Amino acid sequence: MNSLVQTAAPDRVKNGWNRPEEAPFLRIEGVEKRFGGFAAVDGVSLDIYRKELFCLLGGSGCGKTTLLRILAGFEQPTAGRIYLDGSDMTDVPPYERPINMMFQSYALFPHMSVESNVAFGLKQEGLPRKEIARRVADALELVQLGPLAKRRPHQLSGGQRQRVALARCLVKRPKLLLLDEPLAALDKKLREHTQFELMNIQEEVGITFIVVTHDQEEAMSLSTRIAVMDRGQIVQVGTPTEIYEYPETRFTANFIGSINFFDGRIARVEGENLTVAVPQLGRDLLVRSKKELSPGTEVCVAIRPEKIAISRQPLDLPNGVKGKVRDLGYLGSVSVYRVELENGCLIKVTAANTLHSAEREVDWDDEVYLGWRATSALVLTE
Amino acid sequence: MRRRSWFLFSALCFGFAFLYVPILSLIVYSFNESRLVTVWSGFSTRWYVQLFRDPQIIDAALLSLRIAAVNATFAVALGTLAGLAISRFQRFPGRMLFTGMIAAPLVMPEVITGLSLLLLFVTLEGAIGWPSGRGVTTITIAHITFSMAYVAVIVQSRLSSMDASLEEAALDLGARPWKVFFVITLPIIAPALVAGWLLSFTLSLDDLVIASFVSGPGASTLPMVVFSKVRLGVSPDVNALATIIVGVVTLAVGISGWLMIRNERRRERDIQAALAARD
Amino acid sequence: MSAPAVKAPYGRLRRLPFWISGRGAVAGIPYLWLLLFFLLPFGIVLKISVAEPIIAQPPFTPLFGPDGSLQATLDNYRFLLEDSLYLIAYLNSLKLAGISTLLCLLIGYPMAYGITRAPRATRNILLLLVILPFWTSFLLRVYAWMGILRNNGLINNLLMSLGVIEQPIQMMNTDFAIYLGITYSYLPFMILPLYAALERLSPDLVEAAQDLGCRPWKAFVTITLPLSLPGIIAGCLLVFIPAVGEFVIPSLLGGPDSLMIGRVLWDEFFGNRDWPVASAVAIALLLVLVVPIMLFQRMNLRQARS
Repeated sequence: MNSLVQTAAPDRVKNGWNRPEEAPFLRIEGVEKRFGGFAAVDGVSLDIYRKELFCLLGGSGCGKTTLLRILAGFEQPTAGRIYLDGSDMTDVPPYERPINMMFQSYALFPHMSVESNVAFGLKQEGLPRKEIARRVADALELVQLGPLAKRRPHQLSGGQRQRVALARCLVKRPKLLLLDEPLAALDKKLREHTQFELMNIQEEVGITFIVVTHDQEEAMSLSTRIAVMDRGQIVQVGTPTEIYEYPETRFTANFIGSINFFDGRIARVEGENLTVAVPQLGRDLLVRSKKELSPGTEVCVAIRPEKIAISRQPLDLPNGVKGKVRDLGYLGSVSVYRVELENGCLIKVTAANTLHSAEREVDWDDEVYLGWRATSALVLTE
Repeated sequence: MRRRSWFLFSALCFGFAFLYVPILSLIVYSFNESRLVTVWSGFSTRWYVQLFRDPQIIDAALLSLRIAAVNATFAVALGTLAGLAISRFQRFPGRMLFTGMIAAPLVMPEVITGLSLLLLFVTLEGAIGWPSGRGVTTITIAHITFSMAYVAVIVQSRLSSMDASLEEAALDLGARPWKVFFVITLPIIAPALVAGWLLSFTLSLDDLVIASFVSGPGASTLPMVVFSKVRLGVSPDVNALATIIVGVVTLAVGISGWLMIRNERRRERDIQAALAARD
Repeated sequence: MSAPAVKAPYGRLRRLPFWISGRGAVAGIPYLWLLLFFLLPFGIVLKISVAEPIIAQPPFTPLFGPDGSLQATLDNYRFLLEDSLYLIAYLNSLKLAGISTLLCLLIGYPMAYGITRAPRATRNILLLLVILPFWTSFLLRVYAWMGILRNNGLINNLLMSLGVIEQPIQMMNTDFAIYLGITYSYLPFMILPLYAALERLSPDLVEAAQDLGCRPWKAFVTITLPLSLPGIIAGCLLVFIPAVGEFVIPSLLGGPDSLMIGRVLWDEFFGNRDWPVASAVAIALLLVLVVPIMLFQRMNLRQARS
């Protein structure tokens, strides 16, 4: 019986953030980190719930790694506080926090064997040798590295080293596990495989994970919730679906996946049905939105490429334009089209290649019709 | 391209010849029968015998070795602390001055260091009575002062090239800062410490100018004795001494070189094996 | 809503001022040592350079007289400026050190470059061969040149036995011998930083230049040479600064005409027993070298930062 795995049936992560009676496990309040005049982290507040696999997503320089290091205890915030499970962690040194971090470079001690590396943290706790041996064996079994226990780090491959780093953290049963770009150093195939492994291990051991990454696909597939960061601030927090389908700002919409933007002005409001006049397309667009907006407001209509239908025949959809296929990118499973309208505006459309390429309907320089539903687009005000 | 490498190759040959011909000449003439060192009159080892029978040289050699060993040990201790402070402590009051004081001894002309230290010792003796007279202690202190700078530079460069996240990982896993240094950092920088010890040892053994300034009656180091001999002209027993030193150094460098190559090869093999058996 | 004020069972990280904390001890011990045995002595040299020589133990006047007044004089410095011997010695030292540095660079750069081009395994051996002379005694290596340059030394014997010359060429006790001596002794100090700088350069750069149509020599001059500049400067400083104050080489290989300031200082001190003047010479030498030393310090800082 592996000592690290939860004895109770591992519950699928239930949306803690949706249950009002659930208290946040990790509370970040107004944390700020300034270096001279520059704010790497600029007033971040976040609530993270137990057993989440939470992602901090952003480009380089957005402050996500600094925030992670503040949580680990390697940086002192210049303002704000951090509470873990009710206790104030802000001033606690890293060697006393029940938080462990998996470093991007794995940071395995080169002069110690895999076993000694994994046992290191337990030795610092002063546990009896038998207990340490048992937990180390369990941890290595969890990451499937049992037979390599006596090896040294330089005798391991990249993927194996990563698993040692993970085992080394998990064996201490921390309340919170921080992962700094865990998949960045792995090649594509290994990355996919490791993603699933990470998720499974997290569910088995029931520890709250916080992952920092710049890879949106990774964030979308791994996490329960994502926080998108830009220039030291949190731009939006939500589940992967919420972030993708309901971005709140142009930045977020553009950051995850691709999107087409059309600027316009609200012409008419009928309940949830909005009519937006878009000069760029030379026509009005029909959009459904729960937002409370008045006529005359300047808005941006955003629609994802995969939500636009493309055909040589006219389409029976509430929104439609006509154009010519300027570029075609064949990606095997999907094709990416760039359609140029009469007035020069370029629209990006992706469509699954449901037909064999020999039967392909749409080709370069074809005149095509594009169309989409009123519910397919969204309205952004910022 | 070929022409370039031909030029470089001959440059290397000339350079190494330039470096080694004088050393080889020392060795060759140490076996010369004649007292006129450079006029060859036959093979002989009499100068080696004379060397070992010379009490002045033997005493001086033993003294120098003692001072060198003590110096190296203290220099490594102090230099490691200094190297640690410079590379791991980002900002602290007085850091500018500190780094300046560590860099300066590396280039400072020895006559200046020697004179300044002597004047310090004289002033201290006048003010607080210590050091009473100059000799082994003052020489050792002087040597430690410049040796630690070399050690600090070596340690600092080794620490910079070391992955700092190793120390952070150890902290993260619950080890306190002092423990992290002794259990993680020290084993990893150990080769640099050994190099620093050997370097300090050699520098001390070889120092003439500073020792001459801060020494006192009865404390003649080996370089001081050799210098007073060669000032008057070439002397074959000095050639013998030189050959012995070159022999010892070559042996040491040879052994360490062989060890290094062997370790590299072993590591390469391990890494290849790990890459071959991908998971 | 703020979190409940639950007392943390964990320790608190007290932000102690640097010098009282554990880190302060680590930095403090070497700091104190250097302050006492490196910096303070310079202050004392300065103090004695404004004193007067007297026949006593110690042979200079104290800074404060019996009535508490400041006893300082600039006579020693005046003496330095008036007696042309010192000026000549300083200038000569700069000249000798400067030219030797240049020679070191001319010999050392191709060697360093050649080592970087060698195959990996040979490279380490070559480096060891460069370092090996450095580990043998400096004094003895200079002594070796005595045996080579003397009138009946190696070179003259060789040339005479070959019949190239009839009379021995005077090489000892000349400036030529000093150039040889300094260049020879300091060569490893030039090669190592050059090698380090050249090794750091990615071979891609030269290949890219050649791919774009640059001939090998031009690629070297426009790409490699400028990028190796930090190494060149470091090597030159490591040779020039100590060479200016050299004592052993001018003493053993130089003649009465080849005055170097290190020797002058030694003679002032041990020969004339004039501590105040020797101190003034030292201070003046420091002033001459302060700019290169600060340059060296700045290079080190920049290196440490990157």
